[in-house]
Amino acid sequence: MLMFVLRRIGVMILTAIALTFIVFYMTNLPPNLEKLAKSEASVRMDDDAVASWLERNGYGGSVFVRYGEWLGVMPGWTLTDEDGTTRGRCIAEGTDPAAAPTFCGLLQGNWGFSTVFKQPVTEVLARSLGATGWLMLWVMIVMVPSSLLLGVLSGMREGSRTDRVLSTFAITTTATPEYVSGVILIALLASATAGISPILADAGWISGKTLFPGTATSAMDDITFWNFFLPVMTIALYGIGYIARMTRASMTEVMTQQYIRTARLKGVGFRQVVMRHALRNALIAPFTVIMLQFPWLLNGVVIVETLFNYKGFGWTLVQAAGNNDIDTLLACSVVAVFVVLVTQLISDIGYVFLNPRIRLA
Amino acid sequence: MSDTTWDPSKPILEIENLSISFFTRLREIPAVMDFSCTVMPGEAMGLVGESGCGKSTVALAVMRYLGKNGRITGGSIRFKGRDLTNMDDEELRKIRGSEIAMIYQEPMASLNPAMKIGAQLAEVPMIHQGMSKQDAWKLARQIVADVRLPDPDRIINAYPHQLSGGQQQRIVIAMALMSKPALLILDEPTTALDVTVEAGIVDLVKDLGEKYGTSMLFISHNLGLVLDVCDRLCVMYSGEAVETGNVEEVFDKMRHPYTQALFRSIPLPGADKNARPLVAIPGNFPLPHERPKGCNFGPRCDYFIEGRCNAQDVAMVPVPGDDRHETRCLRSTEIDWHAPLAAAKVTEKTEVGRVVLKLDDLKKYYSVSGSAFGGGVGKVVKANETLTFEAREGETLAIVGESGCGKSTFAKVLMGLETATSGQIMLFDENVQNTPIQMRDTGTISKLQMVFQNPFDTLNPSMTVGRQIIRALEIFQYGNSDEERQARMLELLDLVKLPRAFADRMPRQLSGGQKQRVGIARAFAGGAKVVVADEPVSALDVSVQAAVTDLLMDIQRKNKTTLLFISHDLSIVRYLSDRVMVMYLGHVVEMGTTEQVFQPPYHPYTEALLSAVPIADTRVQKQRIVLEGDIPSAVNPPPGCPFQTRCRWKSRVAGGLCESEVPPVRMLEGGHQIKCHLPDDVLASMEPVIKIAAE
Repeated sequence: MLMFVLRRIGVMILTAIALTFIVFYMTNLPPNLEKLAKSEASVRMDDDAVASWLERNGYGGSVFVRYGEWLGVMPGWTLTDEDGTTRGRCIAEGTDPAAAPTFCGLLQGNWGFSTVFKQPVTEVLARSLGATGWLMLWVMIVMVPSSLLLGVLSGMREGSRTDRVLSTFAITTTATPEYVSGVILIALLASATAGISPILADAGWISGKTLFPGTATSAMDDITFWNFFLPVMTIALYGIGYIARMTRASMTEVMTQQYIRTARLKGVGFRQVVMRHALRNALIAPFTVIMLQFPWLLNGVVIVETLFNYKGFGWTLVQAAGNNDIDTLLACSVVAVFVVLVTQLISDIGYVFLNPRIRLA
Repeated sequence: MSDTTWDPSKPILEIENLSISFFTRLREIPAVMDFSCTVMPGEAMGLVGESGCGKSTVALAVMRYLGKNGRITGGSIRFKGRDLTNMDDEELRKIRGSEIAMIYQEPMASLNPAMKIGAQLAEVPMIHQGMSKQDAWKLARQIVADVRLPDPDRIINAYPHQLSGGQQQRIVIAMALMSKPALLILDEPTTALDVTVEAGIVDLVKDLGEKYGTSMLFISHNLGLVLDVCDRLCVMYSGEAVETGNVEEVFDKMRHPYTQALFRSIPLPGADKNARPLVAIPGNFPLPHERPKGCNFGPRCDYFIEGRCNAQDVAMVPVPGDDRHETRCLRSTEIDWHAPLAAAKVTEKTEVGRVVLKLDDLKKYYSVSGSAFGGGVGKVVKANETLTFEAREGETLAIVGESGCGKSTFAKVLMGLETATSGQIMLFDENVQNTPIQMRDTGTISKLQMVFQNPFDTLNPSMTVGRQIIRALEIFQYGNSDEERQARMLELLDLVKLPRAFADRMPRQLSGGQKQRVGIARAFAGGAKVVVADEPVSALDVSVQAAVTDLLMDIQRKNKTTLLFISHDLSIVRYLSDRVMVMYLGHVVEMGTTEQVFQPPYHPYTEALLSAVPIADTRVQKQRIVLEGDIPSAVNPPPGCPFQTRCRWKSRVAGGLCESEVPPVRMLEGGHQIKCHLPDDVLASMEPVIKIAAE
């Protein structure tokens, strides 16, 4: 067990290094740096001025060295200006250069400074991850039970009318990407001119103009059913369909197993067969799928948070990418890599506990 | 039970003119037609037939569990006088498990992997008798002890995967007995088990039948087993009952050509590949929607008369003079049933030539890890221990043993799929023990080939038969052009007696026996000198088995091939092999010519093995030796002699030698080897297990 986890963690670290290096390289391509120089100093700089600005601000040198500095395994750059002041990566403005640490990267907790939000990246990340955490929590609370229920109901009698109706629903939702379902939901429920809101408003059943608000910005301070329903549903719908399909496949397979026949011919009623004999066996496969949904949710929130203007992780990522905020972008990718790898590890270990016949080696 | 109208002297199960069809989108497929049989209280009824004859369908129809597209289209099934065919779900549910219980073919698949044994057992009385959970578990524990499982307290708290196959089957039996049913349906209950385990299960079933007075419907393709267990028998062919009667009468005075043909195609003691070869049933089993008019067996029958047998449907007629003995044959009174077998071709025994394969002290160990996550202390599985033997040209050497004895590991090492841990394998004059298959040259590979157990999975489903054989020829670098290889491929089809038109067929269009012939053709494509046949006929029906074995023997005679015949079926081994090697837990415990091994003195394990094989001959008297317990795990073998934990002769060896020392290989007269501590006088006093009573 311990060896397995250690080995997996080793692989995870290697993967994380490789992935972050790729992101680092891409965000530090010369055109990006040029844009950065122009936005930080002056838009009207010529090429020589850009080059010298980059040189003076530690963007010269090889990409490997700069990656090492960012990671915190190489000493941060220092430069002494013509006027005698020493500046460097690890030297905060107005402090004594001699007292500054040699290393200041990711490993030392220095995640950089966001050029968009004018805040340290750690603060930006903490805020946005917190917001996204709430969103994901509610998505999971809605998505997991309902999708398992749908899957089990449609899988227990394959080919029945219930199965066909539920399968149609599941296929439809999982075939609709968030940017489509989100727009449809807004048009249907949160538009003053289309969908059901005008009808309800005319009838006097709702006080405002729309049933649901079209943005979730207010949920940043106070989550309510009304401001959170649409973003949660937009993400959950896709996942519900997907997990329900997986559960259904697993359930139909279990229902054709011989031990189900044994149970039936023991005289066990159909409901009991499903509850006692089929359910646990059928839930083993969807478990892995659900765990793999976490990294995928990170991807889903990019669209939904932008659509509903909810300032979480996805929204931050979009802002950072759109405004050439290299440090924030890098930090986001670190978080994403971490989430993906950790959930996979949890899923592998959890699988062993669910299914005692599986051995990891 | 609660049914007051039923009189115990009446049949417990009465099936009358039952017809069952499966409905597909294309057509209605009749699976069972006009089937009748009665089971009296306390009687054991055997249903015998080849796969696809509808015997399992009958069993499931009694349970009314035919799936979505199966339907009873005619006739009635009366259980204790009540018609099961028009019961509703709730009534059926009350009968299932409480009055009719079923035992299945694959015990592992029939037990819920995620539920404890105790919970699965206790469920039955909790549903049917409303018993409290505590009482039900208590009863479960008692029944587990009743089916002779050791340590019932541990077992009821175990999960199915923690038990061996034999133990699982005992649990399935225990589950069926939980509410003392009146009728027990056993669907091939021992097919998936080893012979010595099978013998234990059969004993148990017989005892329990007597103890509880349960009636049984026993479904099997194994005639020997039916003779062992049943009082009455019903032979089925292609959806119909063709002969029914008391077991002795059907076995000794069969009155249907199919029954006769079936008996002639199974290797009974006395059959011999040279002097008295088996007679295979010609042709193939008809597909359910392509049954011939009139008698279904007509096209394959020796006694067929055009215009009479295929004129109209044939009804069951009683055989005069016998008790409830019926046959579905128009000519049952005309045929001379005692006529000797029409001059079977007698062949010369093939001369054995030089040594082609020589093994010296071969060992194969595997290391396995201990705990669930790969940590823990590594253990060593000794799959093969000190194998030493040689095989000569044109010889058939049988390797016999139960699952886990290391016979398949040996095949893998020989083929080069694994490399040996130590020791030598000499193939002709070449050392191959350390050469994995990808390093062997084409010549070696084509000389040493294998015929696999399951013909259904070993052919590529998306390649024509001809293409697969040509592919083998290409790999063996046979011929210089495509035309040459094409011609050779057609020759090979002739060799395995398949029509040349089969070259363009896909594997799915072939029957099991035909697929196995393709497998044999592929193995012999490069002129193989040594062929390892790993249970080549065990997945096939008996009538096909005879034909495939015959073919193998034929090719062997022609090509002077050395055949290593791996099998657990001693009947077939006795029939076709020249020498036999008996393996147990990786050790060769006995080796000698077929006569030597099948006659005393035996190794105690061979003795038990021989006694366990059911023989379909009423004249054979067997000594019953039932081995206790399971084969020990190869991870943790017993100290000393590997067989000492189950040996009934152990007390005859002085000084507890069996528990401390692995016995040396002893040479008896005529090169007969035995790995046993028993003194000579005890060995000499052993009696033959199988005796054929004087006629």
